[in-house]
Amino acid sequence: MDTSPPDPQLSALYQELILDHYRRPRNKGTLEQATHAVSLNNPLCGDEIDLQLRVDGDIIKEVRFIGRGCSISQAAASMMTQLVKDKSIPQALALADRMRGTRAPRGTKPWASCAPWPVCRGFPSASSAPCSPGTR
Amino acid sequence: MLDVARLRADFPLLAQRENGHPLIYLDNAATTQKPQAVLDAIADYYRTTNANVHRGAYDLAIRATEAYEAARATLAAFVNAWAPEGVVFTRGTTEAINLVAGAYGRTAVKAGDSVVVTAMDHHSNLVPWQMLCQERGATLRMVEITEDGRIDLADFGRALERRPRIVAFPYVSNALGTVNPAAQLAQLAHAAGAVVVVDGAQSTPHLKVDVQTLGCDFYALSGHKMLGPMGSGALVAKPELLEAMPPYHGGGEMISRVWDDHSTYNKIPHKFEAGTPNVEGAVGLAAAITYLERIGRERIADHEQALGAAAIDKLTQIEGVTVYGPRGRGDRAGVVSFTYGDIHPHDIATILDQDGICIRAGHHCAQPLMRRLNVPATARASFYLYNGLDEVDALAGALVKAGALFGYVPA
Repeated sequence: MDTSPPDPQLSALYQELILDHYRRPRNKGTLEQATHAVSLNNPLCGDEIDLQLRVDGDIIKEVRFIGRGCSISQAAASMMTQLVKDKSIPQALALADRMRGTRAPRGTKPWASCAPWPVCRGFPSASSAPCSPGTR
Repeated sequence: MLDVARLRADFPLLAQRENGHPLIYLDNAATTQKPQAVLDAIADYYRTTNANVHRGAYDLAIRATEAYEAARATLAAFVNAWAPEGVVFTRGTTEAINLVAGAYGRTAVKAGDSVVVTAMDHHSNLVPWQMLCQERGATLRMVEITEDGRIDLADFGRALERRPRIVAFPYVSNALGTVNPAAQLAQLAHAAGAVVVVDGAQSTPHLKVDVQTLGCDFYALSGHKMLGPMGSGALVAKPELLEAMPPYHGGGEMISRVWDDHSTYNKIPHKFEAGTPNVEGAVGLAAAITYLERIGRERIADHEQALGAAAIDKLTQIEGVTVYGPRGRGDRAGVVSFTYGDIHPHDIATILDQDGICIRAGHHCAQPLMRRLNVPATARASFYLYNGLDEVDALAGALVKAGALFGYVPA
């Protein structure tokens, strides 16, 4: 596993991306006719995500979330909603699996489980999978 | 101010570097670092004195028992307990409060009674009372706080009108640093006929505590927040209350005689100390008390208040930073809870960690309080005797850096 520090320019790009999604979350809100809903919270750090889907047949037609938490958790939720919209359930599950596969090795850094990997790889402590809406 | 450089030399862990920086440890309300004297006391106990207590006929076991009971006497003197037998060793504040709720509360609280807590209580002084009230069919009444983070005395008075059985509150708020007028609150509660339980987790390490002057009935404390080992702590109680209470845990040590179907119980405090106790914890806690007394609690309190005031001063100069809790010196311990614009406190803590600065971010086990402050979480810096003004400056500097990352321009 490559543990060298991320390229500064790449870090800046991801930082910008995270802040953009944190400040202007996509698909934030609630659905009137949700077919699926889940509320997740991490009692350790207080991250909260309420996620709603409207699934038609096999396709995720609409997705909305509301949540509170650190920039990484909320930006990850926002990005995840963009990624799964209009995907089939198997496609969405495959994405979630891929996300899990990119998690940091044990003992490395916290945010790694939550979001864009290269920039997060450099951070410790919150090894908490629950703060990642994409990976539960 | 205390001679911080000299004190820091007593704490091996503080010599460590974090993320390439000297460690700046500002999470003392969560737990404190341990001086060499405490580490030595624990190691010496195991090297020279270890045996099970209260049951050996041999000299080593007698010495272990003496060390354990001497620790009890040291702690009793430290908080001016009613008597050494009024000190029950526990795993900490949480267990001490659960002991009161489980043993005293279950006999004293009946259906229709009320128990009073405050909106600034730590979950450890809230959830045990919720559980008790649910079990007994009693009402839990939460006293509101004022906008500047004090217990609302008018609401406290209203809560007492129902003549509650038990009134529980923190001496010092872990999330806001508020030093509550504990003696006054205890007096009011007693006048309404209640028994008073004080959460002393944050006061015992930082203030000169005299439980008899406070006038409470039960006082809970944690050793690890006052330089002692984790898993050490105590319930300090009026002996006559402990005498009248049923046991909490059953097992060895707490019994007098055991028959097939019933038992009689040991005298206090042993009635409440079932099983082999945490002797190393007690011995380590006694060493911590000796260390603290050598410095002097008034001097420690003054030092921390100066650090707290400096931190509030520096932090409030940063545009976008909000500091919670009372502003007056003297009614506030060295705990500074804050938020910075829309930066989540966890982001603040993670960014500060890159500079070797350890602060706490979260709800501080006080979710009802966070709801009243209308924030999901706060960042919290909390000081102890080994922190210096240079660390307050480093905190403010790192905070400005965190702000810059989120697009805040320093004022």
